[in-house]
Amino acid sequence: MAFRDDWMRARAVAWKDLTAERRSKAGFNSVAALGITILVLFGFALGPDTEAIRAAAPGALWLAALFAGVLAFNRSYQLELEGGALEPLLLYPGSRRSLFAGKLLANFVFVLLLMAIVIVASLVLFHVEVPGTWPALLGVALLGAIGLVTLGTFYAAMASRSRAREVLLPLLLFPMLVPVLLAAMEATKALLAGDVMREAGAWASLLVAYDAIFLSATFLAFDAVIEA
Amino acid sequence: MIPDSAALAIDARMLSRRFGARWVLRGASFTLGAGEAAGLVGPNGSGKSTLLRVLCTLLRPTTGSATIFGADVTREPDLVRDAAGFFSPVPGVYEDLTARENVRFAATMLRRPDADADGALERVGLAHVAGDRVRGFSSGMLRRLSLARLLVHRPRLLLLDEPYNNFDAQGIGLVNDVIRDTLAVGGAALVVVHDVASAMPVAGRWFALLDGRVEPSDAASVGYTSPPASPAVVAGVR
Repeated sequence: MAFRDDWMRARAVAWKDLTAERRSKAGFNSVAALGITILVLFGFALGPDTEAIRAAAPGALWLAALFAGVLAFNRSYQLELEGGALEPLLLYPGSRRSLFAGKLLANFVFVLLLMAIVIVASLVLFHVEVPGTWPALLGVALLGAIGLVTLGTFYAAMASRSRAREVLLPLLLFPMLVPVLLAAMEATKALLAGDVMREAGAWASLLVAYDAIFLSATFLAFDAVIEA
Repeated sequence: MIPDSAALAIDARMLSRRFGARWVLRGASFTLGAGEAAGLVGPNGSGKSTLLRVLCTLLRPTTGSATIFGADVTREPDLVRDAAGFFSPVPGVYEDLTARENVRFAATMLRRPDADADGALERVGLAHVAGDRVRGFSSGMLRRLSLARLLVHRPRLLLLDEPYNNFDAQGIGLVNDVIRDTLAVGGAALVVVHDVASAMPVAGRWFALLDGRVEPSDAASVGYTSPPASPAVVAGVR
């Protein structure tokens, strides 16, 4: 019964965030534009060398997703702060974890849409052909997105009460995301090259472990963070 | 005789709350029984809103304790949140959702039936704009929407912070009707006001918050909260 109530609340929070985002449009459009801009800037920085551009594609893709994702995570709590809606949200009885689950779900959908755009843009801009290993590549994108969104949603909640939240969030988040970025980039690089050395599996395992650890830890710690 | 705390809507004992080095509440103690409505007055910055925020679990007391219908605000916050409804001066609604969606969201979060939302909107006079997005609503309409959320909650204890702000005469009557309905089913209400006259028809008791402590007051003596007219204004009237 408690699980069903929590699930209903999580679904309501996710629906509310996604509906507000869909209607305002400003958030997703600007975040997607930032992701593409970062990819274009990487292209300029790397110069006309096609091989260098292609080799840098996995790193550029994940960094574009990371920078654009930070904007999205900040926005998800800004929505609550703008109209003073955080107080009523905290006054609803029931587990705080359902609030986190709802925010997580909404941010996950948001980041998946963002990644779809960034992946297509990087295929075009970095002259990357769709490899035969594309189903595995999608799996890595999903695992990487889970890690990114889990910590992004958690730290955005932590930074939301601070006046310097836009600066504070990347400062807290980026160091913690080094393992997930490294594993996602290496797995993507291996899969784009056809995974001849069978190394993508090891990096994907690291992603699974990272996601499991931080999903559990953030769900356990969210009460303390949001009540502070 | 020791009061039965479950029968008391509010039982606050030596509540204190500090922000940094500044003590806002300094040992506030008072009780409010079921079926009672009380007005709470005090000068600006005296801690009235802080007291309500502690009672509804938005803030933790630095020291002291309080129970709401027997549930401890620190140890049993979930029971308190179910029993107490806080009506803030800030509407706390989502501007990109419609009025109906806002109230339905609240109903889901409060484990109340979605169907209550339309009835609540009807009662606060927003049925005709139920399908409209909240962005563009006047401040009075936002307050009515916030009141609709409280109607869906149907709490046993109303904690109302400046509930008459932005309301016309009909809105003030509506707030008082909500208080009367709550009292009729054995609930209680604590109403923070500056405009004492609006709460007079419902408040059976009065408290004043002075120097961080809650003191019993009476309707005749709470008029001090209305500031005296300045000489310039008086001269202008003359």
